[in-house]
Amino acid sequence: MQSVQYPAKFEFLDEIRDFVGDIARQNGFGSKEVYGIQLATDEAASNIIEHAYEHISDGVLELSCGFKGGAITVILVDHGEPFDPSEIPMPDLKADLSDRKIGGLGIFLMRKLMDEVHYDSQPGKNSNTLTMIKRKR
Amino acid sequence: MEITVQEFKHCDMVTVKGRVDSATAPQLAHALDSAHNGGKYKLVVDMSGLEYMSSAGFRALLAAQRNSKRYNRGEVVLASVPDRIREALELAGFTELFKTFDDPLLAVGHF
Repeated sequence: MQSVQYPAKFEFLDEIRDFVGDIARQNGFGSKEVYGIQLATDEAASNIIEHAYEHISDGVLELSCGFKGGAITVILVDHGEPFDPSEIPMPDLKADLSDRKIGGLGIFLMRKLMDEVHYDSQPGKNSNTLTMIKRKR
Repeated sequence: MEITVQEFKHCDMVTVKGRVDSATAPQLAHALDSAHNGGKYKLVVDMSGLEYMSSAGFRALLAAQRNSKRYNRGEVVLASVPDRIREALELAGFTELFKTFDDPLLAVGHF
């Protein structure tokens, strides 16, 4: 597992994507899967920056990534407001243009692109952990 | 990320190069808004130089499409959509909301 910390700001999404992309590539994931892992991580990080740290300007994102047992694991830890992705309803993909809801798209993509998405919140410790796993095919 | 706008007789072409994510999507949204504010509702988004797009970009495109199609003023079409971005648009259920063209000039010609 490699770990790194970033300020919770959108300008660091490039580096966040590079960090997980490099590890995925080094461990033999194909280009489509690498893109998917980067996209899922981007969506997760963006949600944390936008929601968990909505009222905090100097929040920190702890990112860990590693390959073990044929799968890549991406872990994001934040110390902001608890935000449980499972509480967000799935977007209606059949809705027409005027009815299509914009919210929930990021989480939906995370769930589609990764094999597992787990969320664990410890309000007492002010710590939220998002774990995503993708198995190599 | 770099955005350029080219005016054609019947539409504007917005060329997006680089990566669109939560940091850069506002610039895309702004370019599309500017076209609308200038009375241009028929828009081609040329994605030939686009390397990456997250849901932040999709949202900007969706908002622009709603605006363009309101009162039947026009529409937003996509050109030269890279494979990875096409796959993500399909996953997000967006491909049915936008016409796509392999070639930007074919897209311009369709207006």
